[in-house]
Amino acid sequence: MYHTRSTIALALFALPAFAGAQVTPSKSKQDSIARADSIARADSIALVKQLEKELGAAGADTSGAVSSQGPRATGSYMNIGFVALTDGGWSTAHDIGAIERGDHDPKVNGFTMPNAEISLDGNVDPYFKGFSNIVLKIDSAGETGIELEEAYGLTTSLPANLQIKFGQFFTEFGRQNPQHPHAWSFLDAPLVLNRMFGPDGLRSQGVRFSWLLPTPFYTEALVTLANATGGTTSSFRSPDSPEIHGGVVDDRQVQHASDLLIAPRINTSFDLTETQTVVLGASAAFGPNNSGPSAKTQIYGADLYWKWKPAAAEAGFPFLSLQSEALWRHYDAAQRVAEANPALILPTEVLKDGGAYAQVLWGIKPRIVAGLRGEFARGNQSAFVSELRRDQSRWSPNFTWYPTEFSKIRVQYNYDNRKAIGTDHSLWFQLEFLIGAHAAHKF
Amino acid sequence: MRLMNFYKISVIALIGIASAASQATAQLRVVATTPDLASVAREIGGDRVNVVALAKPTEDPHFVDAKPSFIVTLNRADALIEGGAELELGWLPPLLENARNGKINAGGPGRIVASEGIRLLEIPTSFDRSKGDIHSLGNPHFMVDPVSAKIVARNIANHFAQIDPKNAATYNANLARFNARIDTKLGEWQRELAPYRGAKIVTYHRDFIYLAQRFGFTIVDELEPKPGIAPSPSHLAQVIGEMRRDNAKVILVQPFQNRKTAETVARQTGASVLDTPQQPGAVRNTTTYFDMLDNLVRALGTGLGAQK
Repeated sequence: MYHTRSTIALALFALPAFAGAQVTPSKSKQDSIARADSIARADSIALVKQLEKELGAAGADTSGAVSSQGPRATGSYMNIGFVALTDGGWSTAHDIGAIERGDHDPKVNGFTMPNAEISLDGNVDPYFKGFSNIVLKIDSAGETGIELEEAYGLTTSLPANLQIKFGQFFTEFGRQNPQHPHAWSFLDAPLVLNRMFGPDGLRSQGVRFSWLLPTPFYTEALVTLANATGGTTSSFRSPDSPEIHGGVVDDRQVQHASDLLIAPRINTSFDLTETQTVVLGASAAFGPNNSGPSAKTQIYGADLYWKWKPAAAEAGFPFLSLQSEALWRHYDAAQRVAEANPALILPTEVLKDGGAYAQVLWGIKPRIVAGLRGEFARGNQSAFVSELRRDQSRWSPNFTWYPTEFSKIRVQYNYDNRKAIGTDHSLWFQLEFLIGAHAAHKF
Repeated sequence: MRLMNFYKISVIALIGIASAASQATAQLRVVATTPDLASVAREIGGDRVNVVALAKPTEDPHFVDAKPSFIVTLNRADALIEGGAELELGWLPPLLENARNGKINAGGPGRIVASEGIRLLEIPTSFDRSKGDIHSLGNPHFMVDPVSAKIVARNIANHFAQIDPKNAATYNANLARFNARIDTKLGEWQRELAPYRGAKIVTYHRDFIYLAQRFGFTIVDELEPKPGIAPSPSHLAQVIGEMRRDNAKVILVQPFQNRKTAETVARQTGASVLDTPQQPGAVRNTTTYFDMLDNLVRALGTGLGAQK
């Protein structure tokens, strides 16, 4: 290891010297360079030897032990947090589940417990961090369900600005998909995210590679490789996919690398001024779907976040922010037997969907935020008429009061408009409490 | 001939770039979470370090946005100086998670915990958020006590010397000079504030307890009913009562705290609101830690003097 490092260091030192040698190829110069080089090499070998010797006795080295008067250690080896959401309200829609498709959205007139989440995290060792979110939720029939929402390891000390995440985790596609409901600014998920990623968001078992680019501004390139099968890979090989394509599921095991889900993302950010920051991202997800043996889905997304906060803000207020995401899906549906009627063969077709949302948040004064979200989702005509692909739009003004960072009271009005169904009005309230560890929010 | 010239120019340019690069790398790249820590780091590092602060001087250090540009800054740092008493808990961890810089990992020489060795006040005996946003390690606003700054400076010098041993002597010399200057200035500041020993003061947040202890002020109450909890009318009424009873005539506020609330209380009690930023750079001509304390002591002296 040390040897490799010193070789690189030597190579770097040699670079300008080499450039010099190119133009003045006199023998004496070359000799002196060679001599310097050999001295440097001898020095570095001596250094490596010395280090090896010292490292051999590292067990006895206590030079790192400074003042014992440091801050008292607190807590345990693991941070434990628990956050619970309670929704309540009323909607004019008779089928609330059709306008609130997210698993963490209000489900019924009256009350819903859409998310109670136990979060655990800690350093595993000097090389990894570990995270887990275990979610409990009560469905519209009052039954409690449990899911391992996330459980992943994250490397902490890879070289070359690399980082690997592995396990079960939300795919880093766009801004909101990887966020937990606690971090959402509205009490339900955007229509377009429900359409592309299903009720639970896009998450699966896999590996994510990330590289922080050596650019002067923040740029991160990520790629996720994951299983394309299961209830949380809605646009791919989900058992619920017949709701999209209407056919009998082509059920098969993973046979090729192309049966996996691949999701690249690039994310960049600039500070426009001392008080304004913008984050821009582009994402994609490619993988098989189960309408046929070689049918594929492609999803593309672009996202934007802009925030202004004055130089002297009290508890982070006031602020103004804009968040927007647009997504497109190209779903190749193969010729397939209709699930509802085995005598009917649905033709090969491309199901095209798209949509966007934009939300503005205004942090009026400490702990009070007013928000407005506008959004739509559309789909082209297809042989199978899917309820999930109906054209719809929604306006949602809301108002949130955060008594502290650990509690939240939100009220939100939704004006829903669905093609051939019409408009609906909903008024929802949300209360949240958080106990234990509270992981800091990302920007 | 032309080709020769081209080569010559290229070589000169290369040497120039190389020397500029080596000069840049010769300076330690230091990131401090707040401007006060950054200023002390500049005193210790001198021209051997290039220091940047993440939080703005006028910003509430509890609520800094974890901007992605900070990830880049931290990624390229040789050292990170943090307060260390959970002041930055709400924003530093996700930045560090993405910064991927082993040099500033906890426990290493590049990670400088400013509060190490400081006797922190108000260490809670139980963790209970119904008491407000308390820090489990104690009150983190220790930098307004110049004696704390000496401990911080020692921590910084020790770590700088470990990371950059060839300049250790410079860092130690700068530390000695810093300590001597603190001693001199502390004498001046104490003389200036001596007439107001025992003065009753009110603050917005519990962020002046170390200053009060050093200079002998009595803090009557805070406008916040509990740390991090916004002032409520009933609590302000109580504070007004206490100020009248104790004859407290000044309210200390920082640039990010609600001055209007303080002014309302001041009107009711005949007190004055003093602008007392704790970060260098928050007001003009206070670029260093010493400037900041000069300004703070002047503001206190003027405010308390006018009330006498």
